[in-house]
Amino acid sequence: MTGQRPNSQPPKGIFLKAVSAIVWKDLQAEFRSRELFSAMLVFSLLIILIFNFALELDIKTRQSVTSGVLWATFAFAGTLGLNRSMAIEKDRGCMDGLLLAPVDRSAIYFGKVISNLAFMLIVEIIVLPVYSVLYNINLFQPGLLLVILLGSIGYVGVGTLLSAMSVQTRTRDILLPILLFPVVIPVLLSAVKASNGFLEGLDISEFLLPINLLIAYDIIFIAVAFMVFDSVVEE
Amino acid sequence: MITVKKLVKRFGLKTVLRGLDFEVQPGEFVALLGPNGAGKTTFLRILASLSCPSLGNVTVAGYQLPHEAAAVRARLGVVSHLPLLYGDLTAEENLRFYGRMYNISGLEPRITEVLEMVGLENRRRDLVRTFSRGMQQRLAIGRAVLHDPDVMLFDEPYTGLDQDASSMLDEVLKTVAAEGRTVVMTSHDLVRAEDLATRFDILSRGVIAASTTREGLKNTNLLAFYRESLAD
Repeated sequence: MTGQRPNSQPPKGIFLKAVSAIVWKDLQAEFRSRELFSAMLVFSLLIILIFNFALELDIKTRQSVTSGVLWATFAFAGTLGLNRSMAIEKDRGCMDGLLLAPVDRSAIYFGKVISNLAFMLIVEIIVLPVYSVLYNINLFQPGLLLVILLGSIGYVGVGTLLSAMSVQTRTRDILLPILLFPVVIPVLLSAVKASNGFLEGLDISEFLLPINLLIAYDIIFIAVAFMVFDSVVEE
Repeated sequence: MITVKKLVKRFGLKTVLRGLDFEVQPGEFVALLGPNGAGKTTFLRILASLSCPSLGNVTVAGYQLPHEAAAVRARLGVVSHLPLLYGDLTAEENLRFYGRMYNISGLEPRITEVLEMVGLENRRRDLVRTFSRGMQQRLAIGRAVLHDPDVMLFDEPYTGLDQDASSMLDEVLKTVAAEGRTVVMTSHDLVRAEDLATRFDILSRGVIAASTTREGLKNTNLLAFYRESLAD
């Protein structure tokens, strides 16, 4: 063991392999059980139905609140998904299995972010046409779809980090929204403003600031999460 | 293979390990015994790099913890009372996932080899959630040996197993030990520990209170030695 021991650093390329392994595992398990996806989807559809009935008589109000309703739906459904996704790792001790792998622990973070983002985007892809039909509004605008993607990345980026923290507590279901919503408010506000801009057909220069803020928040949140994830999962 | 010097672990104001010294030679099978709350699981989690020491030096397979944790993890297999397996994946999908996490080359033949070793080759395409507790524990051992580690840590591997499942696990553990790996196992089952291990360490109040080898038990038995150690 002295003098000729192998390099203590993990081999190059293992990081991406580990990220893709986690994404593959999450998608495979979820497509089989549909536990997480069905909860998120049913919850989202219920919210937009409830708002549809509540705002039925006032078409103008319905149009003006579209971005708010959409992002409230995505945020609440996303919390369900984030909680469940990390709870699956914790309940059967699988988080220890992941932490025992000889890879940088940020690979676990990025793997979970990508799979959580995939679940959220799948739910959004289903919710958007249903919303369009119910509210008679065209949501299939490239700019709006880009804002939804950016907002979802920011939401999932910080949400995955906080769910890794909250899952270690007994009150994880309650703790995640309490931790997450105050932190993610800048992302949600920017996403709502930018979405409104596209829906009202404004010139992009009038709502460029929230789009830039959204991009900046995404980068900052993911960079911070990347740096602190190791400490968060450390006992 | 494992060297621990003056290890201290604190959780807030509570000190669980109090200057523990421990050494294991390559190929040894050490049973770490002790009452509940003695610090066995905490100690194993530190050896597994899942928890950081508060003070002291820990070296596993020539690498120091926590600075060279990734290198330690590559040479370590861990089995706990939880299976660390995904119920919605099949046996081979679980092993394939962990194989990719460990960057194992020639993964498919290795999966077949490991499934044969733990006697689950005919259930390789079944979902793990349909497995009995004993089968899950055998697959957990398969997961832990998949990357051919030098050191194996077992934390109460018999918890929740019936007699038949425990006997099958005995055979798997004997196979693992016979391959020349260094093994540290915590257990409350003194009969099984006496049957499997070559050395017996008693952990009490955060330190190794007593230690003996199989040869040292010639004129007594493990239960008597255990009781005597804790009475001191």
